[in-house]
Amino acid sequence: MERNWVTIEGNEAVAAVAHALSEVIAIYPITPSTPMGEFADTWSATGRVNLWGTVPLVVEMQSEGGAAGAIHGALQTGSLATTFTASQGLLLMIPNMYKIAGELTPVVFHVAARSLAAQGLSIFGDHSDVMVTRTTGFALLASNSVQEAQDLALIAHASTLKARVPFLHFFDGFRTSHEIDKIEQLNREDMRAMIDDALVAAHQQRGLSPERPFIRGTAQNPDVYFQARERVNAFYQACPAIVQEAMDRFAEIAGRQYHLFDYAGAPDAERVIVVMGSGAETAQATAEHLARQGEQVGVVKVRLFRPFSVEHIVQALPSAVKAIAVLDRTKEPGSVGEPLYLDVVTAINEGREKGMMAASPRITGGRYGLSSKEFTPGMVKAIFDELGRDVPKNHFTVGIHDDVTHTSLAYDPAFSIEGEETVQCVYWGLGSDGTVGANHNSIKIIGEETDNYAQGYFVYDSKKSGSVTISHLRFGPHEIRAPYLIGAAQANFVACHQFSFLERFDVLKYARPGGVFLLASIYGPEEVWERLPREVQQTIMEKQLRFYVIDAFKVASDIGMGGRINTVMQTCFFAISGMLPQEQAIEQIKQSIRKTYGKRGEAVVQKNFQAVDATLEHLSQVNVPAAVTAAPGAIKRASTNGHGRGVPLPMLTRRPPVPDEAPEFVRQVLGPMIAGEGDTLPVSALPCDGTYPSGTAQWEKRNIALEMPVWDPDICIQCGKCVMVCPHAVIREKVYDAAHLKDAPASFLSADARFKEFPGMKYSLQVSPEDCTGCALCFEACPVKDKRQVGRRAVNMEPQPPLREREKTNWEYFLTLPDVDGMNLNLGAIKNSQLVTPLFEFSGACSGCGETPYIKLATQLFGDRMLVANATGCSSIYGGNLPTTPWTFNREGRGPAWSNSLFEDNAEFGLGMRLTLDKQQEFASELLAQCAGSVGEELVQAILSADQSHEAGIQAQRERVALLKQRLQAADGADGRARSLLGVADALVRKSVWIIGGDGWAYDIGFGGLDHVLASGRDVNILVLDTEVYSNTGGQASKATPLGAVAKFAARGKAMSKKDLGMLAMAYGNIYVARVAMGANDQQTLHAFLEAEAYDGPSLIIAYSSCIAQGIDMRKGLEQQKLAVQSGYWPLYRYNPRLSAEGKNPLTLDSKEPTIPLEQYAYNETRYRMLLQSDEKRAEALMRAAKHDVQSRWQQYRELAEEHHKG
Amino acid sequence: MTSLDLTTRYLGLTLKNPLVASASPLSKKVDIVRRLEDAGAAAVVMYSLFEEQITHESHELDHYLERGTHSYAESLSYFPDLDHYNLGPESYLEHLHRIKAAVSIPVIGSLNGVSSGGWVEYAHKIEQAGADALELNIYYLPTGIDLSGAELEETYIRLVTDIRARVRLPIAVKLSPFFTSIPNIAKRFVEVGANGLVLFNRFYQPDFDLDELQVVPDLDLSISYELRLPLRWIAILYGRIAADFALTSGVHTAHDVLKAMMAGASVAMMASELLAHGPGRLGQMLAGIEHWMEEHEYESIAQMQGCMSQRAVAEPAAFERANYMKALNTFDYYLP
Repeated sequence: MERNWVTIEGNEAVAAVAHALSEVIAIYPITPSTPMGEFADTWSATGRVNLWGTVPLVVEMQSEGGAAGAIHGALQTGSLATTFTASQGLLLMIPNMYKIAGELTPVVFHVAARSLAAQGLSIFGDHSDVMVTRTTGFALLASNSVQEAQDLALIAHASTLKARVPFLHFFDGFRTSHEIDKIEQLNREDMRAMIDDALVAAHQQRGLSPERPFIRGTAQNPDVYFQARERVNAFYQACPAIVQEAMDRFAEIAGRQYHLFDYAGAPDAERVIVVMGSGAETAQATAEHLARQGEQVGVVKVRLFRPFSVEHIVQALPSAVKAIAVLDRTKEPGSVGEPLYLDVVTAINEGREKGMMAASPRITGGRYGLSSKEFTPGMVKAIFDELGRDVPKNHFTVGIHDDVTHTSLAYDPAFSIEGEETVQCVYWGLGSDGTVGANHNSIKIIGEETDNYAQGYFVYDSKKSGSVTISHLRFGPHEIRAPYLIGAAQANFVACHQFSFLERFDVLKYARPGGVFLLASIYGPEEVWERLPREVQQTIMEKQLRFYVIDAFKVASDIGMGGRINTVMQTCFFAISGMLPQEQAIEQIKQSIRKTYGKRGEAVVQKNFQAVDATLEHLSQVNVPAAVTAAPGAIKRASTNGHGRGVPLPMLTRRPPVPDEAPEFVRQVLGPMIAGEGDTLPVSALPCDGTYPSGTAQWEKRNIALEMPVWDPDICIQCGKCVMVCPHAVIREKVYDAAHLKDAPASFLSADARFKEFPGMKYSLQVSPEDCTGCALCFEACPVKDKRQVGRRAVNMEPQPPLREREKTNWEYFLTLPDVDGMNLNLGAIKNSQLVTPLFEFSGACSGCGETPYIKLATQLFGDRMLVANATGCSSIYGGNLPTTPWTFNREGRGPAWSNSLFEDNAEFGLGMRLTLDKQQEFASELLAQCAGSVGEELVQAILSADQSHEAGIQAQRERVALLKQRLQAADGADGRARSLLGVADALVRKSVWIIGGDGWAYDIGFGGLDHVLASGRDVNILVLDTEVYSNTGGQASKATPLGAVAKFAARGKAMSKKDLGMLAMAYGNIYVARVAMGANDQQTLHAFLEAEAYDGPSLIIAYSSCIAQGIDMRKGLEQQKLAVQSGYWPLYRYNPRLSAEGKNPLTLDSKEPTIPLEQYAYNETRYRMLLQSDEKRAEALMRAAKHDVQSRWQQYRELAEEHHKG
Repeated sequence: MTSLDLTTRYLGLTLKNPLVASASPLSKKVDIVRRLEDAGAAAVVMYSLFEEQITHESHELDHYLERGTHSYAESLSYFPDLDHYNLGPESYLEHLHRIKAAVSIPVIGSLNGVSSGGWVEYAHKIEQAGADALELNIYYLPTGIDLSGAELEETYIRLVTDIRARVRLPIAVKLSPFFTSIPNIAKRFVEVGANGLVLFNRFYQPDFDLDELQVVPDLDLSISYELRLPLRWIAILYGRIAADFALTSGVHTAHDVLKAMMAGASVAMMASELLAHGPGRLGQMLAGIEHWMEEHEYESIAQMQGCMSQRAVAEPAAFERANYMKALNTFDYYLP
């Protein structure tokens, strides 16, 4: 059978093998391994069979721990099983891994290796997770590239069956899991030839069966445990040879020979690097490059790390070796050295003792590449150079500048080994413009339609809206062994798909002299030069770049493709690069369009075809003038054009990432990160314990809105609804004394305040233009209609660029206006509550995010005394992903104290915060009584008996505690009790603990903890931002996913009902429970938040959160929430145990009987519609069931709400 | 009693009676079509395959599958991209096929579209799927001020021409009453290959919601009064244009059907009445027709077809403007 050359990413390559060789696959989403589960799920959903002709059963579990448990069970009953995971997910599997290994069970876990959350979470790649499992008894097999990841996946599946040792097959997260490479794909015959059915049968026979009963999993005592543990040794001793045998057999079948340790480089190398993972590719390519220049250097690539074979590594080392550097892509603080280093030291020592080798090389260890930090040829060379020193540095780092403990090696970032024949291309795009998708297609076309080797790798920033993407593409006639980004001055082709990037980034740093620069620009070839920032002009001339422009947005929008310029820019690339003859290139692009979009309908295909054809007519080369024309700092007004996009910004020089008035830390540490230069920060620049200042998002002005709201004071009724729904806290209202207006900018708008509490005062509604994302929720929420033009409201969306400077000035002035005194406000009214400054602002959440308005509301109501435990997920990412973060503080310096522990433990984490507060309060009260003599009986009594049920009471208590602290400080310093009281006195002011997370946490992975915390009776407020899928990992089904909706891991539509979390909590009887949807009833939402916080016990708010993973028009998110409620799908209610105590029914239904059919709500959403479009019968059946569900649940709620309460 | 001959010929098909279920959601369920047949329907026009709907669904699906993709490293997409979507006419064609297999009465496909390319292809597919005839619904609402009536008419004529060239099926054109010269456009449709004309298309007109100050879609069933417009035009065109006529809009009673026949229609099409009262209503109407025919000693439908067309009546001017004046004047009697 022919083998295909395909251009695919590592995850797909591995999943294809794993799916073909498994019967049961248990999955759970975790980056960067998620796509493997998604591929497996989709393939099974579409009937793809395994090697034995049956469709593998794919099951999503509630956590990785659950997945490991399910796999363990499947294995014990004789199935061939597998799973995919990474990072902390792998750690959750460890308990089962010991069992699986202890029971000598053949299995392969495929791991896209990822950093572990320590001082901060990271989704990127290193070996920290894998290394934690090295004591479990799993064999650890490392792949270095996409081709290897596929090949070694098969070798692992084959080996485990024979060895009976379970395998963890790993490859570098993102670098290999997400890199697209041209590889030779294994076919079924290859797999058939590698897998021995007799071994499969033997595994089945060892499975538990009542037909031949036995027990496994006994408890053992001191008498036998030790011996039994040693009983497995022979299997581990045999394992390396079995793997090598499988590698040899594979070589016969597929022609690629692997070894447990592969050596590359000069045969007489004296200096050798030992390394595993993708870094080995870089090390090999560099070593071979240097060896060709006569340097005696080489690399040992470790493939089988466990069981570690002394014999094989010793054999792999060149006999002339004098110095070895062992590189670990992990960090073990406090250890003698990292794991691979320790093993190599031990192995060589033993090898020498056993007489296997004569040489006694000096061995050093070093760390590199943590969290996908670049590992480049320059770094490899620096290590080889270091090995040439008399006393090479040990325990070094490379790739960073360690100015604290001075571990780092210096390296030359300009050192390059790239061959001229490899073409390198870099593309700057915006997440929403389709650049990465287009480059996926381009590299596939090049890989699959030409003889070239091809590689694609994609870099994303940390924001979910307006994110910047950089695509790195290489192709050429030789195999590409370059798992690192294209370096400065290396790219033959640089494309910038967003004009405004020129102002923010050094886009052309990648361009090599004589290369090509393609710019998406509204300015044509005659005009564009004048519009370029001076730095860009200079670089184009200095590097003598060939410069092309195209008004891609116009071409795309004229065809009806909106802001997606992917096809246009892809066509430009092929037209300019000469990669293929133009006609052939166009044909290939069209074929790829048909392949990608064909199943979505002919209309989509035709639209893209039109884009291809229109592109060539609009692409122009620019005549580059001889001199720079833009004066430094020259200012021109922004102009507008018909379609809004790509409007250049007025400054004609690149602007600093943060303004000069920003705090020092923001300027010096966060600024470079914003500018994409975070790699240059030295170790000393970073906090030692993961602590970062609050309120930094305000300094990162992203200007991503095409349109922004503009206030019409004449018709505004000052209801505050627009302020409440704004996901990014960019639209705000203030009431203030008219006297302040005398200093206001001329364009600053105001109106007479319509608040009975503030007679004679002025009111302003103001937008921050540079932070707005243009989601238009404010417009949608506005209840006012202009009587003369009903399409207009009291806020209307208008193009941002022409308004930017004016409104920026107005915003800055607005911020200087005094805030109203929150103590005197009736926060139960929306318009009043929205006068309070939010302490969560300008997050990087998606435009129109449905989660953030709830968080923002909580900060308005309780922010100055709030502690937040945030589950990992979207909210921890937009809430805590560097460089800048949205949690901020008020004028008094108070604000939410926020932290993220893990995904699974968030409820417990928050409970811990509560326990501290409770204990401190108790302790403080005890000490207070004891200190009455020194601080005054009256004050002590006032503090202990304070009524803190309202804001004024809390403020009064704050003042008392301040006085207390003053008196304590003045008191005798030798009084230990006074010192202790000083330490805990703040706990005497009421605090509000918020446990926040998504449905993946609350319904699935964290439910056990959540349930326990609910049952604890402690005063915590739990906010579940229910998007009904795992939004952060890309829309996998959770138990909150509704019946009938399609999600990843539920590709055929979810057949089970949504779990009724609220009902489960209500069953306890003493928990405040509310189900809210801000878009449907904002007042009820506000009441629920206030009541939940006031309730002295556990509170649970389940908040309907619109999300792009639901497939809705985000602008209509609020309307969709209304429909959810009207259809009865999302009944609004509040269950307040306080009412029980008063003999009343605790359950209040806040929404009416369903008034519209469920379809009217559901079929507005792609998640439901796509089932209708793909499997109408199933969609109809599931919809019937869903309707029944809605009906019976409604009835149940109504009965409960109407039930006579016995008190 | 001699047996009555209710048969009629429409688009080259011999139908057992003139009652036809017009394009409506009734044909979306196979079992309803079966019930229509059982109740006496002589043919059924399928609900329309809307070209814009297909295009719209495609674009929507594409938009939502692509939106937000490749923006953030953890969520490179948000939906599983399935192997197959029923976004083309395939599901319509399959459904047509199922209906054909389930009933023995003729099934007429219905196409509602705007672009020449797409239409022609879909028409061909409907033919291949086994439809007995094809009804083209050519309603386009011109809102641009630069498009003239003549240009628009040309577009329509070109569409019918193209489709005629592609399919061998009998074609009926369902037109709107909003042509400056209905006889002329009717003649031209027939000249380029239409075998029948369906008068008239009925439109859903939006309404205003005064509480919300919103334009809202509104859907009302027809009433018998609406019969008058097609009745008049069929009466005027009958015998002058070589095409079969289907009367649609406002057919609710046996009397309405009889009037349609007398105006010159081959068939009377209905949806509102059946939506409101169910397929069983057809049986009652047939009984009513028979009863009337017996009472008035008509032997066949053919006998009455066109008997009150403009050509056949004593006073042809009754259909024209003079009659309009007369009708207006009758209101004088009611002046307070």
